[in-house]
Amino acid sequence: MESSKPLYSGESLEELKQDILKKYPTKVARKRAKQIIINTIDEKEKVPEIGANARTIPGILTQRGCTYAGCKGVILGPTRDLVNIVHGPIGCSFYAWLTRRNQTRLKTPDDENYMTYCFSTDMQDSDIVFGGEGKLKTAVQEAYDLFKPKAISIFSTCPVGLIGDDVHQVAREMKAKLGINVFAFSCEGYKGVSQSAGHHIANNGIFKHVVGEDDTVQDGEYKINLLGEYNIGGDGFEIDRILSACGIKVISTYSGNSTYDQFANSHTADLNTVMCHRSINYVAEMMETKFGIPWIKINFIGAKATAKSLRKIAEYFGEQKLIDTVEEVIAKEMPEVESAMADARSHCEGKTAMMFVGGSRAHHYQELFNELGMRTVSAGYEFAHRDDYEGRKVLPTIKVDADSRNIEELQIEKDSARFRARKTKEQLKTLADKGFTFKDYKGMMPGMEQGSLVIDDISHYETEQLIEFFEPDVVCAGIKEKFVVQKSGVPMKQLHSYDSGGPYAGFRGAINFYKEIDRMVNSRVWAYVKAPWQKNPELSGSYAWE
Amino acid sequence: MKNTALKKEHYEATTNACKLCTPLGASLAFKGVRGAISLMHGSQGCSTYIRRYLISHFKEPIDIASSNFSEDTAIFGGGANLKKSVANVIRQYKPELVGISTTCLSETIGDDVPMILNGIRHDADGAPLPPIVHVSTPSYSGTHADGYVGAVRALVDALSIRKNHEIEPSMVNIFPGMYSPADLRYLKEILEDFAIPYRMLPDYSETLDGGPWTTYHKIPHGGTSVSEIADMASAQASIEFGYVTRKGTTAAGLLSSRFNIPAYNLGMPAGVRATDRLFDLLSELSGNLIPDRHARERERLLDSYVDGHKYLFGAKAVIYGEEDLVAGMFAFLTEIGITPILCASGGTSGKLAETLESLRPEGYDEPITVLQAADFGQIEDAALGTGADMFVGNSKGYSITRKMGIPLVRVGFPIHDRVGGPRIHHIGYRGCQELFDRVTNALLDVKQEATGVGYSYM
Ligand code: SF4
Ligand code: SF4
Repeated sequence: MESSKPLYSGESLEELKQDILKKYPTKVARKRAKQIIINTIDEKEKVPEIGANARTIPGILTQRGCTYAGCKGVILGPTRDLVNIVHGPIGCSFYAWLTRRNQTRLKTPDDENYMTYCFSTDMQDSDIVFGGEGKLKTAVQEAYDLFKPKAISIFSTCPVGLIGDDVHQVAREMKAKLGINVFAFSCEGYKGVSQSAGHHIANNGIFKHVVGEDDTVQDGEYKINLLGEYNIGGDGFEIDRILSACGIKVISTYSGNSTYDQFANSHTADLNTVMCHRSINYVAEMMETKFGIPWIKINFIGAKATAKSLRKIAEYFGEQKLIDTVEEVIAKEMPEVESAMADARSHCEGKTAMMFVGGSRAHHYQELFNELGMRTVSAGYEFAHRDDYEGRKVLPTIKVDADSRNIEELQIEKDSARFRARKTKEQLKTLADKGFTFKDYKGMMPGMEQGSLVIDDISHYETEQLIEFFEPDVVCAGIKEKFVVQKSGVPMKQLHSYDSGGPYAGFRGAINFYKEIDRMVNSRVWAYVKAPWQKNPELSGSYAWE
Repeated sequence: MKNTALKKEHYEATTNACKLCTPLGASLAFKGVRGAISLMHGSQGCSTYIRRYLISHFKEPIDIASSNFSEDTAIFGGGANLKKSVANVIRQYKPELVGISTTCLSETIGDDVPMILNGIRHDADGAPLPPIVHVSTPSYSGTHADGYVGAVRALVDALSIRKNHEIEPSMVNIFPGMYSPADLRYLKEILEDFAIPYRMLPDYSETLDGGPWTTYHKIPHGGTSVSEIADMASAQASIEFGYVTRKGTTAAGLLSSRFNIPAYNLGMPAGVRATDRLFDLLSELSGNLIPDRHARERERLLDSYVDGHKYLFGAKAVIYGEEDLVAGMFAFLTEIGITPILCASGGTSGKLAETLESLRPEGYDEPITVLQAADFGQIEDAALGTGADMFVGNSKGYSITRKMGIPLVRVGFPIHDRVGGPRIHHIGYRGCQELFDRVTNALLDVKQEATGVGYSYM
């Protein structure tokens, strides 16, 4: 919150909202009304309730992908030494083949890396009719014969659930036969509302089948896991650079630049730090219950947020040595950041941005825009839940619908042999007295300005309406929205793939982002769009809702 | 990393597929109909993935709606969802046509789409609905190339009607293959230069490669209109492109059997000989000589063939992609002195080998190695150790060429690691010229680098 004066008046936003809604049939309008919210924040940081994580209406163009995409593409795709086999017809597998820009760095050139492969059972007619378990077994065997990997994971796509293939039974059988870890995910695309369901299924699977497999205690101080950081454009490398300069040891990252062994050993860390709350909070919660590792929310997008997160980690460990190193690192990095920030800010200040992306990025990236003096007039998530908007305090009030019930909630218990409280009661009290909070995610809305517009699962049509109303200087979303936005003459930054740019995390990432946005919002190319002879550009019949 | 080569001959599983799924091809074809919106009947992931894939190649907005199955829909059938989604897309887009393809999910549960659509029409109770065309596209049989051909056929099947038994003299139907928007524009230019009246389906030359907009269009301009498709039934002849399409399964085949419109089947007009055949046919159908500027384009091309031959002769190439493209590139490369050492496709027509054999130029006696229904795992196996000098195909071959340290000349679809995919010419003299220059320069580049001296005079 920068100022208490609302960004836009409640009336003007209400008018925009009604304008959008009146083009929908009544039932659709009723549903969308709950997902389009004018942001207000009261003294207690309470924000209005937003509808989220609900089914997209058939025929409405959504940004969302499917459960399988969230499970295979997002969470397990970036783990380089896992062989992923997609059980289903070819497309689902093909489209998830290296289409995210998760980077990975091999320790030696001989290290295993299966990320460039796309394995599929490529089901044919006869598999649909007679079942595909046999083919799946053969596929697992073939993958094993080829690579002798540490582990093989199996992902189910839509038809699999329908024809009733028991992928888990196949996994158990092959695990016994091959002597390596083989596990399966029932992540059929239709199972959930969006990718989010797939994240949950993936979290459950990793926790059940991998976490805790290796009890080796590694050397090093201040051991943490970095959860929900996917190393798009090398973000994770920049974060690792900073953490290692601070002397903080990262045991595992879920799941950018990750390996199977990291997951297996991750329960030995002493703190879980959560970047993307939406996709990974389940693992954090389960590790806390079973192994006693507390978790905190951090954010390395934005230079100030990075500094704040580092300080929070240091405060948790509470040792002066660490606190001092962290301060030294920040002091060393910030001058360059500040000069780049000032430079870009002189061209960007006062401009506006909209962002509709992900389950945390639409929130995190506001940090960077704030640093540029740019205001976020409207934002929303593609697949987040209410807690990501309004904060975790609303968790008890979230209604569980049929789609969420579909996803197994693991019953986790304390591991009596391996549970270890990381802090004593007294230590926790001292931390609490200093205002330190665990598992606190306040959500996106309390951090946004009064009188901004928050929209969940924005549709194509709404994006166009918003561009017309807000005339933003930049829009952030994904590839599917990119060219729609650019056709309207507005620069568009992809925050899934970064348009091949990045990293944008950490200190150096912030500098990259300032420069990138400066270049985009001040580009001359838009001025050339109108040719000199086009005094009255032909108004070509546009299709309007009525 | 270790295990760089995939060793086994035949796998059950598919490693790095060399094909995409069927509804993608159908969606591409629907983009070539004016005012059309594409809708996939199934869960939303497929349409999201397919949109993303098409968009990353064409770099244009591409809307594909979904009927958005939930678990219940998957169990109890998708009728209600399809109805809702059709109503919603009509309301949003005011489309001139709704093109419905099916995903593996709705195919697996066996939704009777024609029946559901009849229900929609019935419920509309005479209220005007745009035509709704359905094509069945299970991906567990066939590839994106089949989806493309299938959708074009479905459009003609549903829409082409002969109103008054009259044939429009000299009107020609053109059914291009999965070519680039630039190819389609060029094809139209040729037809116009021949003064041949034509109707082309699909025509996404503008919808998938347009300029900035002054006002927002729900559906980009361009494409063949529904009434033009209707009138295809009264053409004098149809020309369809595609080396491996099966008789009777295509739009031209259907028009021929239903309305007795002669169908001329040409393969992809890539390479001089295949292009000559196209120009000959157009000349015959129009009664006009080959337009002067195209004749000169051909002359320039042959001139460059002569100039470039010394750089190309004996070079070995691996070709992969859709079967039609592979055949087209085979015809072209053998013509300029390059030996296609391996020709591979994920396509499943089973006709690739015989097609290539039929395209063998006179005096070309190299063995032709063909991999049909292949994946990149097999292509890699077969290509390593052949001493191939280059790959010709889409972006997906890159990891292999990188390993082999040889150039990849990008053609076809998808190209998402370079800009300009939609602007590549593959067909006609112009396409030949462009490819010839790119192929030659790719080899020159390698040669120049290899000298390590820095010669700038090759
Ligand atoms: S389910 Fe079928 S249609 Fe959908 S992406 Fe997979 S292969 Fe393609
Ligand atoms: S078939 Fe299912 S799993 Fe595959 S892409 Fe479509 S929605 Fe996702």
